[in-house]
Amino acid sequence: MFAELGHEVIVPPPPSKHTLDLVTKYAPEFACIPFKILLGTYLEALALGADTIVSTGGIGPCRAGYYGELHRRILEDLGYNIRLFIIEPPLKRPGDFFRTIMSLVSNGFTWLRFPVILQRVWAKLNAIDRVERASHSIRPYEVVKGETSRVYESCLQELDKACSLQEIRDAERDALARLASIEQDRSRRPLKIGLIGEIYVVLEPFANHNVQILLEEMGALADRSIYLAEWSRGNAVVAGEKDVKRAARPFLSELVGGHGVNSIGQTVLYAQQGFDGVIQLAPFACIPEIVAKSILPRVSRELNIPVLTLFLDEQTGEGGIRTRVEAFVDLLIQRRNRREGQVVWSGI
Amino acid sequence: MVGYLGIDVGSVSTNLVATNDHNEIIASTYLRTQGQPIQALQQGLVELQQQLPPGFKVLGVGTTGSGRTLAGVVVGADIVKNEITAHAVAAASLVPNVQTVLEIGGQDSKIIILRDGVVTDFGMNTVCAAGTGSFMDHQAERLGIPIAEFGNLALRATNPVRIAGRCTVFAESDMVHKQQMGHKLEDIVAGLCEALVRNYLNNVGKGKDILPPVVFQGGVAANAGIRTAFERALGITVYVPQYYGVMGAWGAAILAREKVRGGAGTTKFRGFQIARLDYQASSFECQGCPNQCEVISITSEGNILARWGDRCGRWESML
Repeated sequence: MFAELGHEVIVPPPPSKHTLDLVTKYAPEFACIPFKILLGTYLEALALGADTIVSTGGIGPCRAGYYGELHRRILEDLGYNIRLFIIEPPLKRPGDFFRTIMSLVSNGFTWLRFPVILQRVWAKLNAIDRVERASHSIRPYEVVKGETSRVYESCLQELDKACSLQEIRDAERDALARLASIEQDRSRRPLKIGLIGEIYVVLEPFANHNVQILLEEMGALADRSIYLAEWSRGNAVVAGEKDVKRAARPFLSELVGGHGVNSIGQTVLYAQQGFDGVIQLAPFACIPEIVAKSILPRVSRELNIPVLTLFLDEQTGEGGIRTRVEAFVDLLIQRRNRREGQVVWSGI
Repeated sequence: MVGYLGIDVGSVSTNLVATNDHNEIIASTYLRTQGQPIQALQQGLVELQQQLPPGFKVLGVGTTGSGRTLAGVVVGADIVKNEITAHAVAAASLVPNVQTVLEIGGQDSKIIILRDGVVTDFGMNTVCAAGTGSFMDHQAERLGIPIAEFGNLALRATNPVRIAGRCTVFAESDMVHKQQMGHKLEDIVAGLCEALVRNYLNNVGKGKDILPPVVFQGGVAANAGIRTAFERALGITVYVPQYYGVMGAWGAAILAREKVRGGAGTTKFRGFQIARLDYQASSFECQGCPNQCEVISITSEGNILARWGDRCGRWESML
């Protein structure tokens, strides 16, 4: 979108160990992992020559709303002379949103093109979401471990190259066809596990140690409660998510900031849809998710759905995550075995 | 004679058991890992074989613990299982109506909740090792008391002092302070046991419904002072099994039997002679993409046995 607005866009590399090494030096230790990864990513982008950073703000009682401002100050203290724009949700703060967009527009840009650009960006975001969803529904059945991930990666590269609406549509159709042709064992009966929690660690595989793919390669269907385009629509453009908040109400009716209410509501919805279990992904020290975690045992008991909470930060070891996720999957298999009258430990 | 092997390669200890065909333990070893998991495993195999009758035939092998993947490759395991499930299987096999398992090992502590023989919830220490075996070890050494006598000393206390037990370093400072104030050694040691139990119940055990029968296992279960502190804090009898130190390994052996009898049929065990082979583990950071996965390879006698750690599988699939 910003390329279309007349800027050269520098895409920083995906977050890595190098990103974390950078930030442990400059971020306050008690800031959460989303803050740290973002700061590290900015530093990597600046090293590649970026002079302007666009970030999002936010409203409500979660620290993330102030992160843009804090990032700006840390970067200034480090001696970077940059422009940092914080985009506020258009529905909630329309004035701020358009002021920021206006100042980002470079010379020679005609406003007539704006709706066209928005439409294309939107189409691509949605196509990526749909292709990603298809990959998640196929991976638990794949016969050759890792094949779905390899095909999916190459599909993403094709989608990235697509520019016009027609090209985006074609790339999506090809991607879905290639995914569907992966060899699958449909006799498997995957467990159904919902992934809930704070948006950044749910969306960013690096932050959650690829937990969705880990589960799928262990033969479980992992449903992520948040997708980028869907969420942008629900929160930034039209006011959505009413049913999630309604589902949470018997357990939590207060606004607790971040995605705390969503975590409760989505657990309720997953239980109603007959899911086997739910995994809550939370940045270490995230208050909204801590509030949700303290309420989840009641939800779990009353609706009979097991919940595993994983707190994540730069200290989290991959081995620890794997051990807990494996044990959780074993727990769900035991429950199913007992429900179906089989030997409890069979198939573990 | 035929039977199964269970191997638990942990951060601090490496434990092996051999069972007969009825899941009964007929031999066991408990060694310090000392940062050398492969050597500890090989040494353990030698010691285990010495205890076994000549001609003992291995029908299946299971591995568990933080070194389970590595151990699985080295021995040729039929099942590689996380330590939470392995401990639960062992406890439930011994005490079929068990509802709570307390497990404290070298650097891990966990709680497992079972109902009607099925795991319904579990917890594991996350960011802190205060309240595990390594901490007890360190304090015993500092006080000049053999770890084996630590628990009995605690039982002789008449007036346990209160030690701040949330953090290992601060607990130590507090103990030094209490010593300097002139408290008796046994009262300090007993206070330390209580602090450890308090820390465990408030962190790992937080929000868990601890109901009897309670089984306490892992290396720290050897400490009678900790066991007594648990009983006092919970108000229920805590049962320590005879083989408390090797329950994870036993669980792995039981699961190996299930697995082999349930379908696999024959074992992948590479034989006791692997204790004499040379194994090398090495790792490198793959530069193929920004993920920069740390890839581990295990080589034996010039052959690559396994590679893992790469998310995309390009190194794993090259074998």
